[in-house]
Amino acid sequence: MESLKFDLAATPLREVNQYLHSPASELNGKHVVIDNPNGAHNIAVGLKSDIKVTIDGHAGYYAAGMNQLANVVVTGSAGTGVAENMMSGVVHVKGFASNAAGATAQGGLLIIDGDAGLRCGISLKGADIVVGGSVGSFSAFMAQAGNLVVLGDAGEALGDSLYEARLFVRGEVKSLGADCEEKPMDDEARQILVDLLAKSGHADVSPDSFKLYGSARTLYNFHVDNAGAY
Amino acid sequence: MCGIVGLLVKNPSMRANIGELMMPMLIGMTERGPDSAGMAVFTAPVAGNELKYSLYAPTMDFNWQGLAHDFDAHLGSKVSLSTKGNHAILISHLETPTIKTWIKEHYPQIHMLSVGQSIDVYKDTGLPADVAARYDLPHVSGTHLVGHTRMATESAITPAHAHPFTAGRDWCLVHNGSLSNANSLRRKLQHEGIDFETDNDTEAACRFLEWRMREGDDLKTALEHGFDELDGFYTLLMGTKDQLALIRDPFACKPAVVAEHDDYVAIASEFRSLAHLPDVKNAHVFEPSPKEMYVWKV
Repeated sequence: MESLKFDLAATPLREVNQYLHSPASELNGKHVVIDNPNGAHNIAVGLKSDIKVTIDGHAGYYAAGMNQLANVVVTGSAGTGVAENMMSGVVHVKGFASNAAGATAQGGLLIIDGDAGLRCGISLKGADIVVGGSVGSFSAFMAQAGNLVVLGDAGEALGDSLYEARLFVRGEVKSLGADCEEKPMDDEARQILVDLLAKSGHADVSPDSFKLYGSARTLYNFHVDNAGAY
Repeated sequence: MCGIVGLLVKNPSMRANIGELMMPMLIGMTERGPDSAGMAVFTAPVAGNELKYSLYAPTMDFNWQGLAHDFDAHLGSKVSLSTKGNHAILISHLETPTIKTWIKEHYPQIHMLSVGQSIDVYKDTGLPADVAARYDLPHVSGTHLVGHTRMATESAITPAHAHPFTAGRDWCLVHNGSLSNANSLRRKLQHEGIDFETDNDTEAACRFLEWRMREGDDLKTALEHGFDELDGFYTLLMGTKDQLALIRDPFACKPAVVAEHDDYVAIASEFRSLAHLPDVKNAHVFEPSPKEMYVWKV
C-alpha cells in the first residue's frame, strides 16, 4: 500500500484535507498518516474514497465526519462528534471519544476502544457503533436505525424516544429512557451482535453476556406493516 | 463559548516556568474566547500578617507611585507595590476593609481584582496573546494557576466581566457556559449581605461557593451545594491556595479534558491546549465525567 505522511505541525490542516478530497481515482488504496494532530478540529472530514487514514495522536472535534468509504484510525482520543453523519467506511478510535460520537451516522462502522461520552449515537440512522468501554447518558437518543454495542456500562436515559435501532449493552444500564425497553435476543439480533463483535476486535467476547434494548413503540406512530422500511 | 485552562505543577523545579508552560494553553483557547482573557496565579504566600491585592487601573500610564505615596501618607503604613502597566500588586498588613474603603474614597477608578496570601489576578479585554503580553504572563511563577479566554454571551465585554472572578481570600473561579438562575442566586446572596461588582452569571457562582465555604462547608460540600443550586450549563474550574477543582454540569454541555502527568496536572476545554505540554504523550489524558468532583492538591 502506497504510504504518505503529513505533519500537522508543519502543514496546514486545510492543505491536508484538500489532498484527502482529491479524486478517488488518485487516492484509492493509499495510506495517509497524519502526525501531530494535537487536537485540531475537522481532521479527515468528508472523505469519499477507499483510502486508509491514520491520525497518530489526539483528534479534536468532528474527526472523520461525514465519512464515506474511507478507513480512518485515530490512535489517541477523539473530540466531540467523531464520525458524525458517517455514510460508510470504518472509523476506529483507539482511545476515548467525547460527546455525540457517531451522531446521525447513516452507515459504516464506528469502533471506539475506550469510553464514549454523552449522547453517543444520538439520532443514529443506520450505522453500527461498537464501544469497548462505557457510554455516557442520553446515548442513542432518538436513534432510528442501526446498532449500538456497548461492552461496558450505559449512563442515564439510554435510548430515550428510540425508533428502530438495536442497543446491545453488556454492563449496567443506569436507566432507560422513555419508550426504551429490554427485548428478547432473537437469532437475527444475536447474529448481528456476533458479526459486530468480530468486526471490531472483540471476537472473544460472548454475545450471551449482552442484553438487547429496543423501542417499546408506544411513542411514535409505528405500524408493523412498515417494519421492512427500517 | 469560552475557554478554560488550569495547570498545577507537581515538580518543584518546573514552578518557576509555570507562566511559560501555560502560554500555549491560554493562546490555544483563543478561538473559544477572543474578547477577554485572564489568569489567577497562586504563588508562594506573603508573610503571615500580610495580604496582597491585585489592582486594575483603567489606563496603562496610571501613576502607581502617586497611589503608594498617598497610601503611606493617609494610612501611615508603608506599602509594597509591584506594577505592570495598568496592573499592580499591593502588599500590606492593614485590614482589608481599611484598604478597600481607602481605595474607594481616594481612587474610585481602581478595581480590586483579588485578595489573598497567594493569589495574583490579571485580566483584561483583548486577545489572549495581547493580554498575556500586557502583563508579562510568560514570566509568572507559582504552584498552580487558572486561566480563561472569554466569548461573551450573557453580559458585557469589560475588564470587570473578564474571568477569573474572585471572592473572599485566595479563591477564584472561571466558567465556560451560562447559568439560567444567576439573577435569583445573586438576589439571594445580596440578602446575605454579599456585594456584587457585575451582573455576570459567573460572579454569582463564584460568590455562592465562597459564601458556602465561609458558612463552614469544605470545598467538596460547597460543590455539592453548587450542583443543587446552579442551574444551567457549566464547566467550572476553581483555585484555592493549595488546590484546583473542576466540575461539569450533569449534561456535560461544556467540554473539559485533563492530562495527569508525574510533573503536572493540566486542564483545558480542549486537547489542543494541552498538546504542547512537555511529555504529554505519557500523560494520562481523560475526559472528566459530568456531575463529578475533581480536586487536585499542590
